[in-house]
Amino acid sequence: MGRVVGGIGLSHVPSIGPVVDRGRTQEPAWKPLFDAYVPVREWLAELKPDVAIVVYNDHGADFAFDKYPTFALGVAERYAIGDEGYGTRPLPEVAGDVELSTHLAEALIYEHEFDLTLCQELAVEHGFLVPMNLCFPHGANGWPVRAIPLEVNVVQHPLPTARRCYRLGQALRAAIESYPGNSRVVVLGTGGMSHQLQGKRFGFMNEKFDQWFLDQLERDPEALAELSHQKIMEQAGAEAVELIMWLTMRGAVSPRARRVHRNYYAPMTTGMGLISFEG
Amino acid sequence: MGQLLKPIADTSIFDLRLSRRGFRLNKMCASLCTPENREAFKRDEQGYMTRFALSAEEQALIRKRDFQGLIDAGMNIYFMIKIGSVTGNGLYKMGAQMRGESYEEFLATRNIRGAT
Repeated sequence: MGRVVGGIGLSHVPSIGPVVDRGRTQEPAWKPLFDAYVPVREWLAELKPDVAIVVYNDHGADFAFDKYPTFALGVAERYAIGDEGYGTRPLPEVAGDVELSTHLAEALIYEHEFDLTLCQELAVEHGFLVPMNLCFPHGANGWPVRAIPLEVNVVQHPLPTARRCYRLGQALRAAIESYPGNSRVVVLGTGGMSHQLQGKRFGFMNEKFDQWFLDQLERDPEALAELSHQKIMEQAGAEAVELIMWLTMRGAVSPRARRVHRNYYAPMTTGMGLISFEG
Repeated sequence: MGQLLKPIADTSIFDLRLSRRGFRLNKMCASLCTPENREAFKRDEQGYMTRFALSAEEQALIRKRDFQGLIDAGMNIYFMIKIGSVTGNGLYKMGAQMRGESYEEFLATRNIRGAT
């Protein structure tokens, strides 16, 4: 059967992409971020996941407001690298896992009544690729794991509630466990933490809120899932509402999962958090 | 209906009403995700805006690079970044303008200003 072997909550700030591509990860301004992922990569190498399910949001690379799904699951053999308005990054395309995707679609829709949009072609962008870069070093020909995108509307309100995202994670766990194949899965919940990218409050961050969110995610995710979009946006900035996707990750690991890593770095306009769970 | 949203000071909340208002603007921005279209925009900005049937007010906001005005007109920030890309205005430059600061003034407010 399939098994969720770990979960990671992490930020997907776009400026990280070019830093990776241009080999700038050891510069003083960036080293504190990348150093935090050294033990994460070692841990992942021991966990040996076959597949990463990346819960992320597109930023207008392949979804636009003519049709905008609330939850969308990739069901393709491979995912192209998208162009989100400033060129295509020099990365290998990402291999998917059609069998697992198909099982997840059937289980989530029939058993758990999450009515997902299913995507047979999907170009992935920084929301998906930056977390992949941070966790999984790619080679010229590919990535060390297959990956499945799970896209969430965190851009155009009405958004799914935090509780709905948490329940989706719980359903995802059950769906993975009912998979007949032997797949070891990690779930990445991406985005946030505190940030606002428009208005006079551009650049707003709130480390106190972010640290509280990390505490609660570890200790009491059921209570955290009651957070309203309003409260997240007031306390942590309008774009911080992406944090509801971390609850999907938390729902997908065991309630008693052991927290393994935790880091926080807020250099410019976004609180870049990291937290990982095992089991 | 526990989630209906209340206004937040100095903040735009991109909801369906705002998205309806900015639909043409965001549609044009989304088209800038190919090198050919970015070149076409740079070559003939006016012609490109006409193709997407922008109103005179919307066109004026783009000509003036009035980023807060565009947000208020319903342009989504992640779509506005694509306009930034073709007009030489990175996110932090747009942000400084929305805060009413120079780029240098904005950078001085950051924890680690080298992380760009």
